[in-house]
Amino acid sequence: MRLLFGSCFTLILAAAIGLGATWLTITRGVAFGSLTIGAWTARPKSGSVDIDPYARATIARTGELPLGTGDGVAFFARTDDAGHNFDGRCTFTISGLTPAARYWTLTLYDPEGRLVANTIDRHGFTSAEIVRDIEGRFTIAVAPRARPGNWLPTGGIERYILVWRLYDTPIGVATRTAKEAPMPAIARKACS
Amino acid sequence: MIRALLWILGAILLGGIVHLSTVLVMPQAATQDAYARLFPLTPVNAMVPLAAPTAENSIMPLMDPAFAAAVCRYDLSAGAIKLNAPLSQAYTSVTFYTRNSVAYYAIDDRAAGRRAIELDLMTPEQHAQVPEGEDVTAADRLIIESPTKTGLIVLRALAPEPGLMAMARRALANAQCRIGPVQ
Repeated sequence: MRLLFGSCFTLILAAAIGLGATWLTITRGVAFGSLTIGAWTARPKSGSVDIDPYARATIARTGELPLGTGDGVAFFARTDDAGHNFDGRCTFTISGLTPAARYWTLTLYDPEGRLVANTIDRHGFTSAEIVRDIEGRFTIAVAPRARPGNWLPTGGIERYILVWRLYDTPIGVATRTAKEAPMPAIARKACS
Repeated sequence: MIRALLWILGAILLGGIVHLSTVLVMPQAATQDAYARLFPLTPVNAMVPLAAPTAENSIMPLMDPAFAAAVCRYDLSAGAIKLNAPLSQAYTSVTFYTRNSVAYYAIDDRAAGRRAIELDLMTPEQHAQVPEGEDVTAADRLIIESPTKTGLIVLRALAPEPGLMAMARRALANAQCRIGPVQ
């Protein structure tokens, strides 16, 4: 009786531990071979055959196609530099330098990777269309209401993610530090 | 007490095995991966343009809205695939994915270095049957080996500004993906 009870308990606990760990790792992501610069995190190996099993499982679940290594690299941000979660009701500014790349795009998605509806039908910027000052610097305001300059509308949703994709870039698996890849700073401003 | 601890230790070990095996099985078991999503939208061995992602509708998550995209869902069992993609003005890339969405090869327009990206895609067995010699070198075609019989070729062309999207789409419309012998 004791043996039966013990083995049932063990099996149930094992299933809970195993499936729970799998669920956590593929929804939250595991930082194997990831490259973090400021608030931005990229997983350059996800675009090659060296992709780790956790990233493979994540991609199979979400149904996305990762950016190939010979194409570019994608940096994800969920918080600002101070660790505040992105909130579509607040204003966040993105400013500073970008790493060397022939082109880049910045896109705002909801946490499931869908584009967010907004009045001006803008979902991001490309390096060619951004408005810069005379010294070549830029500031992007990610805000619910219209801003002068580079305004990226949030549609007022609670949580979102930003994806910075660099195309034709030397940034990749061999990149280690922020010196090689200066990523723009993100700061939280007023909340409405 | 010790007996209970042993049961818990056993559960943790077994849980670890369950965790690792589910992670490894996941890519095979997934029913909504990119290949499954594209399957009803794409004929086999032909290049078809993909609808641009919108807030209401997106074929796959995390598609870049600044790009026009076209997909060739390939099946190499009938022979090698010839890919010919003319370049758009801004930036064009081709990425090859296995059946399970692993990107095994990607090349952009600058690396391709010509006015079109021309590639032959084949299985390692088909590659072994390609006669070696001057012909292959003269043709100067790039041969890519696919680790799986089926998979996806994704062609992407950048529209640096929204007004250039029509240009990017036109460039992709001329791309070809078909079964053809290797000369």
